[in-house]
Parts: sequence; C-alpha cells; structure tokens
Amino acid sequence: MAEAIVSLRNVTKTFPGGVKAVDDVSFDIAQNEFFALLGPSGCGKTTLLRMISGLETPTSGQIVIGGEDMALTPPNKRPTNMVFQSYAVFPHMTVADNVAYGLKVTGVPAEETKRRVGEALEMVKLTHLAARKPDQMSGGQRQRVALARALVKRPKVLLLDEPLSALDAKLRDEMRLELTRLQENVGITFIIVTHDQDEALSMASRIAVMDKGAVQQIATPSELYEQPTSRFIADFIGKVNLINAKVVSSTAKKIVCDAKGLGKIELPHTGSPTGDIAIAIRPEKLKIAGSPPKAAKTIAAEGKVRDVAYYGDTSHVVVRCKDDLELAVNVQNDKRAGGSGVERGQKVWIHWAPEDTLVLTE
Amino acid sequence: MDSWRGNLRVFWTLFTPGTFWLLVFFLIPLAGLFQDSFSDKISITETAFTGTFANYVRAFDTVYLTIIWKSIWISAVATAFCLLLAYPIAFGICFAPARWKPLLLLLVILPFWINLLIRTYALIAVFRSQGYLNLVLGWIGLGPFEMLYNNGAVIMGLVYVYMPFMVLPLYATIERLDRSFLEASLDLGGSQVQTFFKVTLPLTMPGIITGIILVFIPCLGSFLTPDMLGGANAIMIGNVIERQFKAANDYPFGSALSFLLMYVTFGALALRAYFASRSKGVDV
Repeated sequence: MAEAIVSLRNVTKTFPGGVKAVDDVSFDIAQNEFFALLGPSGCGKTTLLRMISGLETPTSGQIVIGGEDMALTPPNKRPTNMVFQSYAVFPHMTVADNVAYGLKVTGVPAEETKRRVGEALEMVKLTHLAARKPDQMSGGQRQRVALARALVKRPKVLLLDEPLSALDAKLRDEMRLELTRLQENVGITFIIVTHDQDEALSMASRIAVMDKGAVQQIATPSELYEQPTSRFIADFIGKVNLINAKVVSSTAKKIVCDAKGLGKIELPHTGSPTGDIAIAIRPEKLKIAGSPPKAAKTIAAEGKVRDVAYYGDTSHVVVRCKDDLELAVNVQNDKRAGGSGVERGQKVWIHWAPEDTLVLTE
Repeated sequence: MDSWRGNLRVFWTLFTPGTFWLLVFFLIPLAGLFQDSFSDKISITETAFTGTFANYVRAFDTVYLTIIWKSIWISAVATAFCLLLAYPIAFGICFAPARWKPLLLLLVILPFWINLLIRTYALIAVFRSQGYLNLVLGWIGLGPFEMLYNNGAVIMGLVYVYMPFMVLPLYATIERLDRSFLEASLDLGGSQVQTFFKVTLPLTMPGIITGIILVFIPCLGSFLTPDMLGGANAIMIGNVIERQFKAANDYPFGSALSFLLMYVTFGALALRAYFASRSKGVDV
C-alpha cells in the first residue's frame, strides 16, 4: 500500500450522555485513495469524518494527517476540506464569492484568488453562473459550488458527507461518475461517507463498513461483496441467502456441514470451524433447472416457486424448499421470449457450485 | 388552506371582531388626533378644526427640534447598547445545553412580569446617591457618585427596559441559523473572528434589524423612564407630548408632535424595508 495520508489510531468518541459514537477505530487511508465509510445511519461514520476534519474532537486516540498529529490543530488549520451534506453554501454570497471565501480568509493574494476561483469553477462547469446567488440554483448546482469551494483550497484530503443523498436519482448517477472522474483528475484523497452501498461499491477504491461505532471490515468493493467476513457484512452489502448450518466434520481444506433444508453438504473452506455457522450464497450465483443437476459436486435443492418479480433485465425468483428454506434466485432475462422461464407454483431444482458458497463463522 | 380571496364570506366573518376593534379603538381616535393637529384651541377644553399648519410650524421651533434630536440620539445609543449586550446573551442561550435554554429564556422575559413603575423605582433605589450601589462602593472607599437624573441614567433605564425586545428576535434568528454554515467557514480556513464577521453577522442580520426596530421605536416614544430617571434636563419628546395633553392641555400641539414622532418611526421602517430589499437571499 502507498504511503498513508490519514492514520487513525484507536480513535474513540463518547458524546456527553455516554453514547459511544466511535469505538476504538484504527486504520490507514493511502494517498490518492477514494475511500468510503459505509454503514447504516447512526453507525458513527459521520462522527468519524467530522473528527478527521477537526469539527469534532476525539475522546481518545490519535488522528495523523500527512504525517502530523492533528490533536491540537483546529479545523481551520487542517489540510482537509469538507463538502457538507446540506452543502452549506453561503446564501449571502455569490457563487464566485463562495468559492473565493476559503482563499480570502487565509490571505491568498487577490490575483491568485481570481485565477484559482476561475479554474475551480471551470472544473465543476459553473463558470457561467459565477455571479448567481445560491437561492437561484438547483441542488445539483449548489453541490458543485460546495465541491469547487473545497477543491480550490487544494486540500490533502477531501471529505464528503453523504454528498449525493439530497439529489434525485438521475442526477445522483451523473454525479457519481463525475466525482470518480474528478478524483482521478485532481489526484486528491477523497473520503466519502455514505449509507448507500451502491454508491460505495461503484465509486470507492476501498470501503470501511461500520456498525455500532466499530469498523467491521475494510476491503475493496469486490472483496467486500465476494468475501465478507461476517453475517452482518454479507447481509448489509447486496442481497444474500443466509442459511444456518452445523459443522459435522472438517479437514484442512474442506468442511462437511448439516445445513437447514439442504442436508449434509461438503464445502471448500480453510480453517476448522466447529459448531454453528452460516453459509451464504448470492442470488445471482444460483441456477434454476427443471430437473436435478447431473454434475456430481453441485449442491442442489428441490422446491416450489413462490414469487417471481420481473425487473426487465433480471427476474427475482423466490423458491421454497424443504424445512421452510427460502432461496432467492436472480435469473438473467437473456432471451426476449419467456422472461425468467418459471411460473409461480412450478416445481424446480436449484443448484450451485460449492466454491460459490461462503462459510461465515461470525 | 384557501386563500382569503377564495372564501370571502368566511374571511369577513372571522375578521369582523378584529376590524371592529381596530376601527373603534385605533383608527377613529387616531383620525381624531389627526384632525386636532390641524385645529386651534378656542377655550381651555375646546378645539376647533381650522386646517391650520400653525401647530406643525411651532413643532419645528428650535426648542422642540433640539428635543426631537436628543430623543433620537438617546434612543440610538440605548439601542446600540442593547444590541451589544443582547447579541452575546442570545448567542449564549442558543449554544447552551438544551435543558438550560427554557430557564435562560425565562430569565430574559422575567422582568416583563413586573410593573414598569416598580422596576424603575427599584432602579432608583439601587443607583441614587444613598442607594445600594453607592453603599457597596463606600465600603471600598469609593464614591458616593451621582448616577441618576442625567442622560446616562435615561440610557441605562431604556437599555434595562427594552433589552428583552432585542434578545428575543436575535435568539430566534441565531437558533434558526444552520450551524453547518459556521462549520463550513471554519473548515475553509476562516478563524473564529472571521467566521463571526463574514458569516454569522450577515446571516443573522434579519434578527439584528428586527431587534433594532423593536427597541428604537418604543425608546423614541418613551416618557416614563426619562421622566423618572432623567430629571429636568434629560427631557425627551415623549415627555413634551405628555405635557401637552395633560399639564398644558394643548391637544392640537400634542397631536402635531405625536404625528411628527410617527413620521420618524415610518422613516425607520422605510430604512428597514430598504435594507431588506438590498439583502436578497437572506430573508429579512
């Protein structure tokens, strides 16, 4: 990993009243990363971001930015800038004045301020609106102002607090692409806080998933999706079939377990778990067939189709098997005729490869 | 809800008591005074409408102009002190822990529950030559000081009486102010002082202007405070008007002065409207 630009060391934040918003969090963020803090609301991700910006002080622990301990550095002296969830674009200033604000207050010469404001406005394509007041602008435009205002300061780290949550769906997709492009162009570390997994998966190079104030897993988007380390992560990221199981026997490379509705199955897995575990399979890894599969190693279950939800490109099928086990299957509608090819009430076989199955001990 | 235009009959039904009240107890008496201001005194108790401008001409006599001018500057100074004292108070209440806020606001409003006359006498008891303050100062070998019956005492009294009118609108505006504006300013490198003057102050201007209007206008017309604390030479226009209606029994001249005072007030309100239209984007 490249050199760390932000290092968090045992950072804890306890609010008056005893609520532990962030609980002993430690990790590094590398130079030029697009890092996402992902988690349900109230998980402490925004508090963590605000502590990096200096707007909140950690109760204990250390925050190092660019090699310097930030403990005694107030927010106005930190090499970070923030895009607020509400954008916080000053309503009494024009767009150009908003962008110039951060340079004026720190004594950047007027000539240079003018040039840099021009560049920043060009970067977010707002040059033609420089003289407007924020109340005459749309949410998307105000967000661009907030972005330009932060980037014009050339921070080492740009902090974005739920930057897309206030935009409508179409604009959100556009801004998602634009933010990733912007990050590549300016070469600044971005830390984004979001509760939207699609946002995190599609934009970030690495994601820290948080829950109840603690970091649950830090990984790249594909690792997070394909190799979650706990039931919480598997369930939180994407859709998943979680099945309770009991370990019967295990060797160095595989385990045999007794899974609800599936009976005894053999799965490849290193480590030797014992007792209760969960197995997880993503719906798109499951196949539907009219007859039992022929390949010897596949895991299979017979069941009855309970629901078919049509989404155009895919259909989401729910199949009820033995022991009330319900499996969600995503079927690609890759032929114009026929859709998912199954109907409610139909008897079908579900099968999948053992190596597509995850064994979760936590 | 429907616009009142869409439902005229309901509107008038609901509005009638208010209209009646305003008409009988405000507009008609005011019209009477307006007529009086263009009248002549014909006997000790009677006036006759003659359409004369004599009362207004008399009001522009240097004696009265000086008093009007003095009323304006005393009110202005009192308003300025109110603002300087009330802003930190309002700010402090807004940023106080939530459970303290109601109590702190109550402390601001509490003096309203006590009669103005009693409060003014209490002020006199504290500040007179043999008062409590001079007593305490005497213990440390200072004074006694003559603190009452001058312009300073009037200003102090006005600040004391009208302070809540400044604190409350300021509190309402600061409370509504989105904290993320202040945080954004700090985050962008602004110091606390810069943040205050470039962000907080402009964004709370609506509250400041409302507070100034709410304090300045009643200060201008006040007569009890200057009468009790000001002595003979700290007289304000309110005292002159009161004297015309009572001691001098000169309704026409009193009415003319009253209307002049009202025009000054209109001027202050027009000034507010002007600033409001200039600072678009920040609703005043």
